[in-house]
Amino acid sequence: MKKATRAAYGEALAEYGSNERIIVLDADLSKSTMTASFKELYPERFFNTGIAEANMISSAAGMATCNKIVFASSFAIFAAVRAAEQIRNSVCYPKLNVKIAATHAGISVGEDGATHQAIEDIAIMRALPNMTVIQPCDGRETKQAVKAIIDYNGPVYLRLGRLAVEDIYDNSYEFQIGKGVQLKDGCDVTIIATGLMVKPALDAYEALRAQGILARVINIHTIKPIDKEIIIKAARETGAIVTAEEHNIIGGLGSAVCEVLCDELPAPVKRVGIEDKFGKSGKPEDLINLYSLTAENIVIKAKIAMALKRQ
Amino acid sequence: MEQELLLKLKRKAADVRKNIIDAVFSAGSGHPGGSLSCADILTVLYFKHMNVNPSAPKDPDRDRFVLSKGHASPVLYSVLAEKGYIPKKDLLTFRQADSYLEGHPSLKDVPGVDMTTGSLGQGICAACGMAQMGKLDKRGYRVYAILGDGELQEGQVWEAMMYAAHYKLDNLTAFLDHNGLQIDGDITKVMSPEPVAAKFEAFGWNVIIIDGHDMNQIDNAVEKAKKTKGKPTMIVAETVKGKGVSYMENQYGWHGKAPNQEQRDKAIAEIDAYIENLGV
Ligand SMILES: Cc1ncc(C[n+]2csc(CCOP(=O)(O)OP(=O)(O)O)c2C)c(N)n1
Ligand SMILES: [Mg+2]
Repeated sequence: MKKATRAAYGEALAEYGSNERIIVLDADLSKSTMTASFKELYPERFFNTGIAEANMISSAAGMATCNKIVFASSFAIFAAVRAAEQIRNSVCYPKLNVKIAATHAGISVGEDGATHQAIEDIAIMRALPNMTVIQPCDGRETKQAVKAIIDYNGPVYLRLGRLAVEDIYDNSYEFQIGKGVQLKDGCDVTIIATGLMVKPALDAYEALRAQGILARVINIHTIKPIDKEIIIKAARETGAIVTAEEHNIIGGLGSAVCEVLCDELPAPVKRVGIEDKFGKSGKPEDLINLYSLTAENIVIKAKIAMALKRQ
Repeated sequence: MEQELLLKLKRKAADVRKNIIDAVFSAGSGHPGGSLSCADILTVLYFKHMNVNPSAPKDPDRDRFVLSKGHASPVLYSVLAEKGYIPKKDLLTFRQADSYLEGHPSLKDVPGVDMTTGSLGQGICAACGMAQMGKLDKRGYRVYAILGDGELQEGQVWEAMMYAAHYKLDNLTAFLDHNGLQIDGDITKVMSPEPVAAKFEAFGWNVIIIDGHDMNQIDNAVEKAKKTKGKPTMIVAETVKGKGVSYMENQYGWHGKAPNQEQRDKAIAEIDAYIENLGV
């Protein structure tokens, strides 16, 4: 079944919303971010700040000082980028219990175009001390991530998408903050993917296997703090890495993986992502192809990484 | 207010002013001007109105105070020291690498600091959040905040103005430290936020204009704010930047500069003379 991670977020808020400590804020996008589902059930704990993201984040911080678990939602571009300094100074520095649940991340926003497509949010959020950065890959993972961050006391950036995505996991899945998940084992190359790129990573696995190449596939849902162990192990055992993300290749998952490897165990890494350019309008699927966020591109990059390993 | 209490508060504010001068002097940096301009307001709040207990700084029912103009940390730390939250001698460690008294207030580091501030415009929003939760949880606490008049140039302040009126946060009382100066000079020359009172009114606030150094007026305004239902209150306090130290008064150059030894001694001597005059 296909479901957008933002839709799962809305469901999760409704499901776990009976916890009286939970407060949800939105900046006039509740029908898009799906916080409206919480609003319907718990109107007394939902506050619309109007189109005022800076105030939404700073007032969320004030609420969090009153022993609340505050979810603040908007599009990623407005939450994480417009209000970045509020997140830094009002939330991260005092380490307050605010969850910035940002939807419409990446180019898969589609028709709204570049102004609405955050491609730099992971880089910004990841650079903030005290921040945890999570990007789920499907509905189930999203629901579990919401549950986990309710229990975790501290700032979290939860990166969600607009586009419906296929299920990666079944009901037996157990999410743990900071723990990468190996989805396929292989010894020739490792594909490390996050969010919407996990599915193409699995498709690339099949394509490579048909050519006799065994790829390991890892889902990194927690980009910070990143699971160093699983990355180092992959580098040691497969010797070549490809990263895949719907984000600028500067500062996102690819960078985070390279940071781990250059410190611990240098290995060839090729990065699939948005090549340092803005998005544009179009159907999400068309944009994904236009920006080469595809299984085909992952396959090409996997072969290059393997060739580098042999040199 | 009774004469005896008034004298006591005046004396307290003078002690706070001395603490400010010595903290900034020992740090060799910091913001004396905007600290001195709201010293009387903080003194009246902490020593007459606020329901706080220094031995339980996180009590969920306590009144809250947010110094939205966080650069005035010396006045907050000085009042917290006078109130017994922190040892007075620690004020002399202000801004040092081995001290917990950060240049701008940090709630994780300093007991009694209710919100981390320093980036202008954000504190007033946090105060709104606290007031909103007070209403939700049906706790009777009140939230106080102080804004700088230059700070009003931050668009985020007006987001908060809308928010507080929209949600009828009558448990929120904000002060505008209307000293007319910011870093680059006269606020009306840099980027005028005037007419401020009319703006707050238009945003739906209850507005009270007072002399921000007259403790009776501060006291009465806070009382009126407590009785006002359905609206947040903005107390526009007409103040003098650098109040209490003659050579700092109305001088924007003293916004963020520490006095040298000679200047420090002169400031302390002036405040001591004022105390002598009070006779308490
Ligand atoms: C967002 C932000 N921009 C700039 C500064 C630097 N800054 C510190 S104090 C100040 C002037 C403040 O003037 P005002 O609000 O009038 O304060 P007061 O006169 O009461 O000291 C500025 C620009 C800051 N702290 N935060
Ligand atoms: Mg001023």
